[in-house]
Amino acid sequence: MPHTIALAGNPNSGKTSIFNELTGSTQYVGNWPGVTVEKKEGYLKGDKRHVVVDLPGIYSLSPYTLEEVVTRDFLLDGKPDLIINVVDATNLERNLYLTTQLVETGIPVLIALNMMDVLERNGDTIQVQVLSEALGCPIIETSAVSRAGLKDLVKTAVHMVEKAEGSGKVAKFSTPVEKALLQIEQLIATMVPPDTLRWFTIKVFEHDEKVMQRLNLSDQTAHQLATIIEAIEKNMDDSAESLVTNDRYEYLTGITAACHKKARKIGTLSVSDKIDRVVTNRWLALPIFFAVMWGVYFIAIQSVGDLFIGWIEWVFGDLVGANIALGLEAIGTSAWLVGLVVDGIIAGVGSVLTFVPQMMILFFFLALMEDCGYMARVAFIMDRIFRKFGLSGKSFIPMLIGTGCSVPAIMASRTIENQRDRRMTVMLTPFIPCGAKLPVFALLVGAFFPNSAWIASSMYLVGILAVIVSGIVLKKTKAFAGDPAPFVMELPSYHMPRMKGVLIHMWDRGKQFIKKAGTIIAVASAAIWILQSTSWSFQLVDTQGSILASLGRLIAPIFTPLGFGSWEVAVATITGLLAKETIVATFGIVLGLGNVAEGDPTLLASVGAFFNPISAYSFMIFTLFAAPCAAAIGATRREMQSAKWTWAAILFQTGVAYTAALVVYQVGMLIFGRGI
Amino acid sequence: MNLGEARPGEMVTVRKVGGEGATMRRIMDMGITKGCKVIVRKVAPLGDPIEITVRGYELSLRKSEASNILVEA
Repeated sequence: MPHTIALAGNPNSGKTSIFNELTGSTQYVGNWPGVTVEKKEGYLKGDKRHVVVDLPGIYSLSPYTLEEVVTRDFLLDGKPDLIINVVDATNLERNLYLTTQLVETGIPVLIALNMMDVLERNGDTIQVQVLSEALGCPIIETSAVSRAGLKDLVKTAVHMVEKAEGSGKVAKFSTPVEKALLQIEQLIATMVPPDTLRWFTIKVFEHDEKVMQRLNLSDQTAHQLATIIEAIEKNMDDSAESLVTNDRYEYLTGITAACHKKARKIGTLSVSDKIDRVVTNRWLALPIFFAVMWGVYFIAIQSVGDLFIGWIEWVFGDLVGANIALGLEAIGTSAWLVGLVVDGIIAGVGSVLTFVPQMMILFFFLALMEDCGYMARVAFIMDRIFRKFGLSGKSFIPMLIGTGCSVPAIMASRTIENQRDRRMTVMLTPFIPCGAKLPVFALLVGAFFPNSAWIASSMYLVGILAVIVSGIVLKKTKAFAGDPAPFVMELPSYHMPRMKGVLIHMWDRGKQFIKKAGTIIAVASAAIWILQSTSWSFQLVDTQGSILASLGRLIAPIFTPLGFGSWEVAVATITGLLAKETIVATFGIVLGLGNVAEGDPTLLASVGAFFNPISAYSFMIFTLFAAPCAAAIGATRREMQSAKWTWAAILFQTGVAYTAALVVYQVGMLIFGRGI
Repeated sequence: MNLGEARPGEMVTVRKVGGEGATMRRIMDMGITKGCKVIVRKVAPLGDPIEITVRGYELSLRKSEASNILVEA
């Protein structure tokens, strides 16, 4: 059995960088059981005897957020052999606030005093020896950037695990609180393991519901405890939770005063403050924000990203596709199998992979913005707007990523702490037109509105409008009603982004998109190809007589009120559920044109037969809102952690799609109908 | 006076953190506790939230949350 080392610390303490350095390439990412909090694990570099578990970045061990509860449960039930607590040296008091709580769990704690280089640059000093003695924990000074101290950290950690050295010194609270704690300790001492007694005692004192349930107290004990706590709360005129928090910070102020010297006076400006004077300035903040967003979008989607698209199309169409076809034919493969592989799978996967460069560039910039500290400012600037329709400032980030791909966008909603806000964000993010919907719009705009650039852009406007209206409406429903979630957010100091971390982050997100192309899309493309080239008696036939066509005919009447009741379009709608970009491919296939791009003149002409301008717009609206692709539905299911909520999201999205398309078509025909 | 009413640039001392449950605990966990000094930095461009300096770092919170924090100049 390998030993377990838990890595804990505040968000922005550099914990992730340290984890990357400690584990190298052995890390794997999953979810904590039952919840959507990311679980990262990896072996110590070159040492399979020690597993490092990266706990979520947290400020406290309160019972109120998912991340904190996950951490508590792991520390108490997972029984790690050691906690490495990453502490940001430039933000000592708040970071040590968590340390004191970690120590109370009875597990040995080793402190990695990180960002020592930044501290020194600021001219501040910490007497590490004094601090270490006060806390009763060994301290190693580290810098994840220059990798200083990391070897020492590993050596000390391994040594501590092997020696099973004892835990640190617990925080001492004020006399009245300690008195009450002693009384509680006597009542519950037999119910919990002796190492964790201090932790349980404090949690019971704080009325921690989750701990109370766990202890399963008898009525008599519960009553005795309540009497003790009520007495001190009345005496001190404050809640027990508040007393503990105050005393904890009091205790830390005493410790840091003795060992921490700050060069900068309170009220003077740091470099970070100076940047913020401009970036979050009352008048400049919004223009700067929009300029940054436009710049990212321009580079990722318009200019650089676009260059790669033609190249990938060439690789998959002319190079891979054509050569595999030749190869398969040369070894005597039957024509239908060649068709399945080349026109079905390779063409389908290729059409999705064309988006990868755009996606990667987008994720690169988003990771950059997150790493340097600008993302938190985005939430700060945008919160006011988003709160108005039931979301949080942090919802902006998923929505922005959603312009690329809904899958990573839905995953990005994890940074939203409040479950209600997170659910709503997951539900509404697919309304933002993703990269895969663009070819569909391009096709229809090319066929019907060749000279109106605003038609395609209007999709973004309609999408945003739908998010706003849905937010306002959903907030009124029972499931989303209630007070807005707290928005108490750290604005971390700006720092130079670490390229390695940014690239890892970019790759983690981009990987999801590529995985989707390799799995779901490959299977779906094969399935569609088979459905559209065989009849119910499994004979090879034209598309007209295929299984797909008969399915299309069956559901086509549903779409007649929306203006597109032909079976070809109905089929495209079904295949769009697998991946939006297959809508264009489906038109190509059912029209017998093979794999064609959205700008192909024959395709434009043929598609013209199925729509008029109004039904074309109605179809665009339907595509924009309808249940997202299979991969995004999968991501929704993962983030919602509930089948009920996933279905609610799908039904809601499809309902909005149907209603909006119906209104567009019917009202459009009333107004413009005669001219068409 | 509550923290929501303090002006940008003002330094105040926290007297009491009101409210309850998750929000109150979060505010206190972030270091806003009785007796600590807080500087109001600025108000976001659209009028909310506000940015403050507490225990040497920058924190943002909504005015509605700040109004639960009683302070004195």
